[in-house]
Amino acid sequence: MDLNYSQEELAFRDQVRGWLKANLPADLRDKIANYEELTRDDLLRWHGILAKQGWVAPAWPKEWGGTGWSVVQRYIFEEECGYAGTPPLIPFGLSMCGPVLLKFGTEEQKKKFLPRIYQGEDFWCQGYSEPGSGSDLASLKTKAVRSGDHYVVNGQKTWTTLGHYADWIFCLVRTDPTTSKRQEGISFLLIDMKTPGITVRPLILMDGGHEVNEVFFDDVKVPAANLVHKEGEGWTVAKYLLGHERMNTGRIGASKRELAKLKEFAAGQQKGGKSLMDDPRFRDKLSRLEVELMALEITNLRFLDRMRRTGQPPGADVSMLKIKGTEIQQGLTELMMQAVGPLAQPFKAVNGDAAFDEFTAAIAPRYCNFRKTTIYAGSNEIQRNIIAKMTLGL
Amino acid sequence: MNFDYNEEQQLLADSVRRFIQKDYEFEARKKIVGSAEGYSEKVWGTFAEMGLTGIPFSPDHGGFGGGAVDLMSVMEAFGEGLVIEPYLATLLGGLCVARAGSDAQKKAILPQVVEGRLKMAFAFSEKGARYELAPSAVKAKKAGSGWTLDGGKVVVLGAPAAGKLVVSAQAPAGPSLFLVDAKAVKLKPYRTLDEMRAADIVLSGAAGELLGAEGKGLAVIEAVVDFATALVCAEAVGAMKFACDTTLEYLKTRKQFGVPIGTFQALQHRMVDMYIAYEQAKSMACLACSKADSAADARERAHAVSAAKIKIADTARLISQESIQLHGGMGMSEELKVSHSFRRLTMIAQQFGDADHHLERFASA
Repeated sequence: MDLNYSQEELAFRDQVRGWLKANLPADLRDKIANYEELTRDDLLRWHGILAKQGWVAPAWPKEWGGTGWSVVQRYIFEEECGYAGTPPLIPFGLSMCGPVLLKFGTEEQKKKFLPRIYQGEDFWCQGYSEPGSGSDLASLKTKAVRSGDHYVVNGQKTWTTLGHYADWIFCLVRTDPTTSKRQEGISFLLIDMKTPGITVRPLILMDGGHEVNEVFFDDVKVPAANLVHKEGEGWTVAKYLLGHERMNTGRIGASKRELAKLKEFAAGQQKGGKSLMDDPRFRDKLSRLEVELMALEITNLRFLDRMRRTGQPPGADVSMLKIKGTEIQQGLTELMMQAVGPLAQPFKAVNGDAAFDEFTAAIAPRYCNFRKTTIYAGSNEIQRNIIAKMTLGL
Repeated sequence: MNFDYNEEQQLLADSVRRFIQKDYEFEARKKIVGSAEGYSEKVWGTFAEMGLTGIPFSPDHGGFGGGAVDLMSVMEAFGEGLVIEPYLATLLGGLCVARAGSDAQKKAILPQVVEGRLKMAFAFSEKGARYELAPSAVKAKKAGSGWTLDGGKVVVLGAPAAGKLVVSAQAPAGPSLFLVDAKAVKLKPYRTLDEMRAADIVLSGAAGELLGAEGKGLAVIEAVVDFATALVCAEAVGAMKFACDTTLEYLKTRKQFGVPIGTFQALQHRMVDMYIAYEQAKSMACLACSKADSAADARERAHAVSAAKIKIADTARLISQESIQLHGGMGMSEELKVSHSFRRLTMIAQQFGDADHHLERFASA
């Protein structure tokens, strides 16, 4: 048993670490460190830097720009990005639409979309959830009716992350409302967001931020050439994507960075003439969270090691990483809230004059925002259902 | 990075599991629990034949020169089978000799341990001192060419079966270790909640043989206790695996309202949380055993072992409690093995320091 990376893996990690240090622009790094909202340009700038380096889509086949890295190298790269505090790579094109096209797309679709996804020329978003279809996705109602060489789409998608930045949306739509099984009669369509009849309306979250939207479709004409896979078999595509979840679901690198920041901040806070880090009540909570993170990291490495040896996809293991990873992320925001204490209260400037510390004021909104993590991408309760069924056979 | 056991470790694990399935199933264990000695000399002989008593000792003394990682699969299997033989106690005593003793002492003691002829125990706990490892209730003083020891130790696991004890004591120069003949101390033996045998001991001018340098015992005690803590982490993982597996089986077979109770989501999610906790605990046991063998220094070792013990203590409580709850009334019955894994896990949670003790140590290491 050896818990350490091999010499080659360590060298790779150092190479990635060194490159990130030299190439992550300071203004982007600071924005992440200070929990500032990232603009479309910020996201695309970082995407462009990685694309130029050839590292933007490591998991893709080499012919389409993939790096040919092993699963362990890919994991190391993603965790190093998290640890360094890079802007996120928006997954909708690179990790969702891309892999779907690689698996199910026609040559034409691949040639048309993949290079633009790679270069960040098209910003993608995901059209899955609907007002009546959250965890029960197969109940979706947005319909697409074939009319000549087009589909006509009517309905509504919601919780559309960064839909207001997007050029394209991939959607699950119902093409046949008469099937006996709800999972049948669903199709996977690629839709240009500039098509007439599409309206994007912001949904402002409780932290005051704009990241998700409602998207309305009113007689939207979509070329039939934008159908992926067969009509009525979109559920197969959706399921493939679920199984394609990445091994960095636990976001350990980012949590390590947050933990270090939390410790540094708490060390500077005074309680009864002592550092908050010397307060046993606070410190024990912090230590337990740190232990959880250590355990998750080793568990993640165990799963990777098993994946590498068996060649099997991770399956329901990813659900476990998602549950623990998000619980830890939320735990960190909660302890950070406790560490800033009364300074958690200032929220927004009035009269344009922010007479408060912007870093500490960003903590409470972040705490609010991170409640989403145990809900999105399959709520943690859905993840438990998956483990119960797939791993435990219940 | 490699989380697999090597071929030797795997073979050993398989043979221990086969032995437990065949000769140490729950009914057989019950007989051993009820016997006068509280362990089986026959089982002990088999352990020695299989080489288990020699794993962490040097080939110079007939052992295999292994470490905590080599013992991990054995301890996991013992945890699953709820083995009550004084195995850990003997290793602990033997390891004190191996790490602190002179060549002559090692030669006199360790081959006997390896061959299964000598059982040992390590007397380090003192009344009212909780998890403190520095001795104060037993004092050692020079007597001619040897030493005599006075005072008392509590909950010395494996002492009733031991031929030799290692006793920690306060000598004029500081904490020291002594080899003491079991016949030289007064034993008050009892059964522990998890069906092992232990004793409180009284030393009244008992003759002791100094192990290592006078006053230099504490570092050895800490290293040996960290090693043992890593091993009970692995043992706990085995007991947790049993508790999870048997509970899952129960959810699939027990019917109420006309259906298996495992179809109820309220129970499914609790079961899932047990398995997640088990995987996390197993990861930390890997870390503890790995660092018990290869940490760069005592501080790194303490940090990893304490982190693991925090997780193991918390998870032992969660899994043991949930395994009973999900069994309903049946879980309360002494007839089911799950009530015994509950007892063992409850004890392991506090053995060599509870979560609070290790939280303190983790933060300062």
